[in-house]
Amino acid sequence: MGYKILFKEEVGPGAYRMIIDAPHVAKNARPGQFIVLRVHEKGERIPLTISKADKENGQITIIFQVVGKSTKHLSLLNEGDELADFLGPLGMPSEIDNFGTVVLIGGGFGTAVLYPMVVAYKEAGNHVIVINGARNKDLLLLEKDLSNIADEYFVTTDDGSKGLKGFVTDMLKQLIENGIKIDRVFAVGPVIMMANVAKLTKEHGIKTIVSLNPIMVDGTGMCGACRVEVGGKTKFACVDGPDFDAHEVNFDLLMKRLRMYRKEEQESLEKFEKELAQNG
Amino acid sequence: MGRIKPKAVEMAKRPVEERIKSFDEVALGYTAEEAMKEAERCLICPKPTCVPACPVHIDIPAFIKKIQEGDFLAAVRIIKQDNPLPAVCGRVCPQEDQCEGSCVMGRKFDPISIGRLERFVADYEAKTGEVNVQPVKEKKPQKVAVVGSGPSGLVCASELAQKGYNVTVFESLHEFGGVLVYGIPQFRLPKEIVKREVEYISKLGVKFVKNFFVGRTRTLDELMEEDGFDAVFLGTGAGLPRFQGIPGENLLGIYSANEFLTRINLMRAYKFPDYDTPIKVGDTVAVIGAGNVAMDAARSALRAGAKKVMILYRRTEKEMTARAEEAENAMEEGIEFHFLVNPVRYHGDENGWVKEVEVIRMKLGEPDESGRRRPIPIEGSEFRIPVDTVIVAIGQIPSPIIAQTTKGLEVHKRWGTLVANEKTFATTKKGVFAGGDVVTGAATVILAAGAGKDAAKYIDYYLQNKDKPDIWEELTKAK
Repeated sequence: MGYKILFKEEVGPGAYRMIIDAPHVAKNARPGQFIVLRVHEKGERIPLTISKADKENGQITIIFQVVGKSTKHLSLLNEGDELADFLGPLGMPSEIDNFGTVVLIGGGFGTAVLYPMVVAYKEAGNHVIVINGARNKDLLLLEKDLSNIADEYFVTTDDGSKGLKGFVTDMLKQLIENGIKIDRVFAVGPVIMMANVAKLTKEHGIKTIVSLNPIMVDGTGMCGACRVEVGGKTKFACVDGPDFDAHEVNFDLLMKRLRMYRKEEQESLEKFEKELAQNG
Repeated sequence: MGRIKPKAVEMAKRPVEERIKSFDEVALGYTAEEAMKEAERCLICPKPTCVPACPVHIDIPAFIKKIQEGDFLAAVRIIKQDNPLPAVCGRVCPQEDQCEGSCVMGRKFDPISIGRLERFVADYEAKTGEVNVQPVKEKKPQKVAVVGSGPSGLVCASELAQKGYNVTVFESLHEFGGVLVYGIPQFRLPKEIVKREVEYISKLGVKFVKNFFVGRTRTLDELMEEDGFDAVFLGTGAGLPRFQGIPGENLLGIYSANEFLTRINLMRAYKFPDYDTPIKVGDTVAVIGAGNVAMDAARSALRAGAKKVMILYRRTEKEMTARAEEAENAMEEGIEFHFLVNPVRYHGDENGWVKEVEVIRMKLGEPDESGRRRPIPIEGSEFRIPVDTVIVAIGQIPSPIIAQTTKGLEVHKRWGTLVANEKTFATTKKGVFAGGDVVTGAATVILAAGAGKDAAKYIDYYLQNKDKPDIWEELTKAK
């Protein structure tokens, strides 16, 4: 069973969209779920959120950013190439309902994960407000896709090169201060951003869901690499999540655990880049 | 046959100093001469005690007779009538509690080394390349799904294929073999051997599908209602790691045994950076628990570069659940055993890395429900042990996913194991059978294999009597 790359495009600096031929995965995929793939036979298993599932044509869209060896390798593959392994859908689907007004926040690369949620919340009848944040305007992802669907669309950049100068939380604060009644917030992005969103919404008593991205190995609930602390209890993000109540998550622990293999990740990437240079 | 030979022929082992530096197999197996010499010791009992003690009832005297005659391929064919996994079982079965434990020679002398002989003929067959596949007599139209490619699933699939059914094995990981590939290390069971056994079973006509997580990719109900499977065997094992639930357990450097072993075995992290998956093994490693998984983790940690590996166990040597042979191997390799201590808390540094395990001394009290004396903490006896890496090996329970996503599949609340009839393996859902660790909780390869084999018999019976009005009641009430 080959998992062929049917389409590939760059959607931002070092960020790519790929469509993979995976009918088994597409059939039952729901918003909020993810896949685990291996690029090659010696590869590691990496989890990626399902950006879009086309049930009719049996295709799965993923968006990924080059952060290490595996994603670097993946980014070098082209249309027609096949992935070694592709498993899914995994994780609990997101709880989607008509809550009223929902603010969806994507920070940096998290915006890629946000896209299917925006579609799903909108289809469920919510008034959808999107806040898309990045360090600068060149790093903003999926601007067109998101602004087309959202009822209200806001941009923040750290350097002020586009939209509000500041963080996504500054925008969210403005919305709250303007008296908009927010029934739910969904946030995905860097851990520090999610932690800050959680802090702000907790003060205002707004139910907030975050999508967590800890290190995983199998993704099916058998190793516990992805354990996170939620409400003082240990949960496995791969089977209990990836969505959790933001007000219960121990973000500090998540941040530390994400750094566990930093040295090895660096070593692996450097080795790969050296090999690439040698092979022209 | 002549005189009784009291001593078993020894099997060569790789020397300790060599083996702790590599993941190569420790036990080297018999040569043909050694195998024939050992087989000569067997009395070929007309009423053997070893056969009933084998969970898959291999005709042991018959295959040993063939070894005595020098016909090794005939010997392996006899084994394969009852067990499609001889190279695996010859290596990892607890023979001392089963066939060899009941051998009449063993009453006074060394029992016959049945496991070593089983392994020898299986390896001989592989080496000569003369793997014999018996053609299936008659094809049957029914489709059976086997969920999980561990020992119970492999044996069940093999049995059903030989009965002529159309069998598909679904595996969620990217390699087949379940615990045989993610759990048991290379130095005890080389992965090539598992691959070989899977290839043999696929030659019997079994279809193998990987990267397919039943419960997520397709639900069990969809397999039966939409995809046309007439019966299902769940051999999904016990893969969800247990933790003690003590403070600090999520510090960096604390692994579940499953994660540690999966990284090493399935992902080949010991070959990083040639393979992409990394692992962190510090100088001082503590393994919590003293079962077979704990021994595997401890010995793997040593090979992956640890300078000092400790087993921390809350009971004593006598209560350890690991096979004697495995504990012995671990001791030979220099693993330290600390008995009557139990972790109560982990202490970390400012970056969240584990630095110390705080343990409390225990004493043994009255026997508990397992028949072993219950460990009781001695108040005020806490002390700290410096560590760099911790591996928690205190057991696994079944994953809840399939039960959660299937209508009418009942689970034992306490252990998360599936409810299934002990004789027929029928679950509470019509057409669905289950066996191995998912029913018993974590046990042994051969017990799972035996369950897969016996379940196949009742799956066959069910499919041949599907239209009988009370068939499922009959199967779930059988005694």
